[in-house]
Amino acid sequence: MAVTEAEVRERREGYESSRLGMWIFLATEILLFGGLFCAYAVYRSNHPEIFVYAHRFLSKTLGGINTIVLICSSFTMAWAVRAAQLGERRRLVALLAITIFCGLCFLGIKGIEYQQKWRHGLLWGERYHPVEHEKNGAAGTPAAIQMPPVSSDPNRSFLPLAAEGPRGLAPESSKPAPGGADAEPVPKNVQTFFGIYFAMTGLHAVHVIAGMILIGVMLVRAIRREFSPTDFTPVDNVGLYWHLVDVIWIYLFPFLYLIR
Amino acid sequence: MGNGSFWLPPAASSGAPVVDRLFHFIYWTAFVFFVLVVGLMVLFVLRYRRRPGQKDHGPAPTHNTALELTWTIIPLIVVGVIFYLGFAGFMDISTPPQNAYEIQVTAMRWKWSFTYPNGLTDEDLHVPADQPVRLVMTSTDVIHGFFVPDFRLKHDVVPGRYNTVWFRAGKPGTHDIFCTQYCGTGHSEMHAQVIVQNPDDFQKWLDGAASALAHASPVELGERLYHTLGCAQCHSVDGASSTGPTWKGLYGSKVPLNGGGSVTADENYVRESILEPNAKVVLGYAAIMPTYQGRVKDPDVAAIIAYMKTVK
Amino acid sequence: MSTAENYLTHSSGIRSWLLTRDHKRIGILYLISIMSSFFLGGISALLIRTELLTPNHALMSPEAYNKMFTLHGAVMIFLFVIPGVPATLGNFFLPIMLGAKDVAFPRLNLASWYLYVFGALFALASIVMGGVDTGWTFYTPYSVITNTSVVALTAGAFILGFSSILTGINFVVTIHKLRPDWMTWFKMPLFLWSLYATAIIQILATPVLGITLLLLILERTLGIGIFNPALGGDPVLYQHFFWFYSHPAVYIMILPAMGIMSELVSTFSHRTIFGYRFIAYSSIAIAVISFLVWGHHMFVSGQSNLADLIFSFLTFLVAIPSGIKVFNWLATMYKGSITLEAPMLYALSFLFLFGIGGLTGLFLGALSTDVHLHDTYFVVAHFHYVMFGGTVIAFLGGLHYWWPKMFGRMYSEKWARIAAVVIFIGFNLTFFAQFIMGSKGMPRRYASYPARFQPYHDVSTIGSYVLSIGFVIMAVYLIHSLFRGRRAPANPWGGTTLEWKCGSPPPHDNFAETPGPCEPYDFRGIVYDPAIGGYVDTARARS
Repeated sequence: MAVTEAEVRERREGYESSRLGMWIFLATEILLFGGLFCAYAVYRSNHPEIFVYAHRFLSKTLGGINTIVLICSSFTMAWAVRAAQLGERRRLVALLAITIFCGLCFLGIKGIEYQQKWRHGLLWGERYHPVEHEKNGAAGTPAAIQMPPVSSDPNRSFLPLAAEGPRGLAPESSKPAPGGADAEPVPKNVQTFFGIYFAMTGLHAVHVIAGMILIGVMLVRAIRREFSPTDFTPVDNVGLYWHLVDVIWIYLFPFLYLIR
Repeated sequence: MGNGSFWLPPAASSGAPVVDRLFHFIYWTAFVFFVLVVGLMVLFVLRYRRRPGQKDHGPAPTHNTALELTWTIIPLIVVGVIFYLGFAGFMDISTPPQNAYEIQVTAMRWKWSFTYPNGLTDEDLHVPADQPVRLVMTSTDVIHGFFVPDFRLKHDVVPGRYNTVWFRAGKPGTHDIFCTQYCGTGHSEMHAQVIVQNPDDFQKWLDGAASALAHASPVELGERLYHTLGCAQCHSVDGASSTGPTWKGLYGSKVPLNGGGSVTADENYVRESILEPNAKVVLGYAAIMPTYQGRVKDPDVAAIIAYMKTVK
Repeated sequence: MSTAENYLTHSSGIRSWLLTRDHKRIGILYLISIMSSFFLGGISALLIRTELLTPNHALMSPEAYNKMFTLHGAVMIFLFVIPGVPATLGNFFLPIMLGAKDVAFPRLNLASWYLYVFGALFALASIVMGGVDTGWTFYTPYSVITNTSVVALTAGAFILGFSSILTGINFVVTIHKLRPDWMTWFKMPLFLWSLYATAIIQILATPVLGITLLLLILERTLGIGIFNPALGGDPVLYQHFFWFYSHPAVYIMILPAMGIMSELVSTFSHRTIFGYRFIAYSSIAIAVISFLVWGHHMFVSGQSNLADLIFSFLTFLVAIPSGIKVFNWLATMYKGSITLEAPMLYALSFLFLFGIGGLTGLFLGALSTDVHLHDTYFVVAHFHYVMFGGTVIAFLGGLHYWWPKMFGRMYSEKWARIAAVVIFIGFNLTFFAQFIMGSKGMPRRYASYPARFQPYHDVSTIGSYVLSIGFVIMAVYLIHSLFRGRRAPANPWGGTTLEWKCGSPPPHDNFAETPGPCEPYDFRGIVYDPAIGGYVDTARARS
């Protein structure tokens, strides 16, 4: 059946519209994460010592594996879009399935990392109770605000001393030595790092799950033969979303795991 | 100085006229532009109102570059001037001179507390007239705002940080201090006063209050702390119900606890409640008391206990 | 024409409305929701003003008062003014003015409305759960430690943010992709330029609100500690995040209103708009610069003097394009042929009220005067003059302008004028007194106040009652018009944009075929025809 000019035009309009719409939506996601990156930048520039100290609790190996996993998944996703464009249905289905599998691996490794943190008490805010150190404060009491002592000397300013600088760079070992006589000084408020770590990787994981669901929907539709070389826009757009999720991780990884 | 004008309260500090001058400059500038706009609007409505049988006014201009440039550049210059004056005045009122007399301000829900260089803490801000005074401010709980309308002075008071303002008060007198950063139930009640005194009177007050404290009995000291530390905001001494349990008859009694059980309100319990308030909360009250860890020394706690014993 | 099939009669039954993909019906659904929210926000305002008749507690405890002003702010801002014009008049008229059949993503449009309703339900839930007492700004640390239902309300605002973002995406894509070939950017009506600029802000700013509220929710539920000074966090960082969205948000509110102003002033002066290009560019300029001025809400928060300086400078810069639009509208009236129907009365009110609102912004943008005026009633008066006296008044003007088109009925012109005047008077009585008591030192968000401020509060409260009478009158004649109003012609006011070329109400598909080239604001040949009680275009033969 011949396709009318109006239909071609409408289809192209529809394709271009949904592409533009998806790109704009990606912009909103970048701004969403941008806020977190901003918080990261502020805290890191104010307290570099916390980040230098605490990031060593993260496993570069696992993070690195996850990075490779996601990059591979982006590759398979891009190939899947190509397969859709060429009408290669079986290949499309296979590649979408592999992409989802990569996502599952990513989440699995993330789960292992989170579980390790839980076991070692390396959590956010008031739940930060690293196993080596004693608990401080009774449960349920709000932490008191630590202020420099008030001076009773009328000539001395009440303003605090200049912010203490970083307490020296950490030694090259991958994990800090357990508390002992010659352990390096631990910076205050280490839980700030973990608050940011969990917020950023947690939000990212939510987006990975969302992406996997979307790819799953594409998978089902591909099996049902709903795509053709002239009609595969949804796969294209989901691919765009997945690439963004990947790109965000590619920034997260060095910022959190590879601090120097 | 005096009673203020239609728009503004009395100008009672050296910084106030700086602010007021700019206020009036902006006011009259705005007035002129407003009259211009509304005037033209009314004029055009009257002159160009559609009437039956009226002749066509002819084609009207769709744009006029010279005019549009003019009405862009003139406002730009005007706001530039206002910006500059605002900035210059701001630097004036926020840069304390070297020899300022320093007083520490502590904000808490819902009370102001002022600590003088000799260690005295009071509920009101006494200052010597005509001398620069620097306030170093912090909060113990949430963000508050320190506002003295008559001085045109305002700054947020933030927990975990010190913020500084300064002023030089004029003649002796009293002025309101308001809290201007919403902080909860007692936000509107969080008043204090600036009491400007002659330098001699000020010194006399300072010495007198300090020595009264030094010679005060623990009970008197405790009663004073009851006010200045903000206990009075939530605990009554006359039996009236409030956010926290009344102290009337509290000491030595058996108090039921949230979560079952009870405890005798002895020295240890009172001390624990001051330092770790949510460890044992009295039945029927919310666990919202802030901790005084780091804000009270042991003698203070002893004084409060001594006072509490007398409240029957 | 008016008894012909139109979008209202195209299908019937509740399902045809709740599952509609027609942008016009979605606009009506939004209109109903938004007016309901306005009603809720308005009742809370009346309760607040009544409480403030006396210096001490009268109707309600301080806790209840604090919840009341939080409710008023949150409902008015998130549920009324921000969705406001774009969701109602924008949804209804953007495709029509563009000559299109619908927006780019009609199902997404319906989803936006459902998200709105869902978010509103969360807000209502927070009321049922006892109400929130943090103020609509949710400043930390107070919002982290208060025992009230903060999570429900912020979750609602988060969901509403999605609604806003999706509307923005829809509008941008529609304007880019669904314009007929002959409609270049500079042949678009200015209302569409304003919706486009608004959509840019919605898209780029709202996600930052999203992450802010998300972090606040995490702080409350999991104790992340990012804003808690006791755990190494920074409470002022919250303010930066919050205002990074909430300042551009006020431009989401005012830009569409300015777009409506361009339509009203040109139509009721029967004259082409003066300085079309400048107005178009200024909308985009305002959208861009609006992202750079958020720190002017934080001059006394403890941020550095350098930050204060930069933000003050940029704040004055963003004032210029807004001010100049006012001159452009005035110039449009010059040598015009002005009629004073209700929409024009609202347009004139806008010039007066937004004039005051904008000019009082000068006091607040200047650093030294802001130190005195910040967090006083001066600020409350300023933002009510721009948000209410600006946006809401323009919205009402647009509502009256487009009412005949949307519903095919004329309302009572006499009662509409009366209501417009009552609202104008009531508004000034309510809010002008607040400027004076603010500069005299009356702080905001106070449940009780020093007795010397009582006269100002009383004038303000009486004004609020007058204001509500105006709205009651409006509700009555508008609803009455739906049943008994004179049938409206296609072009009752003599407008030149595309929506006046189709019937009142518009047909389901807007246009039988894509309309041909049309110059907006070209009034030559638009003449009044008493036979139909409306205007006809004699210059060109058109369907």
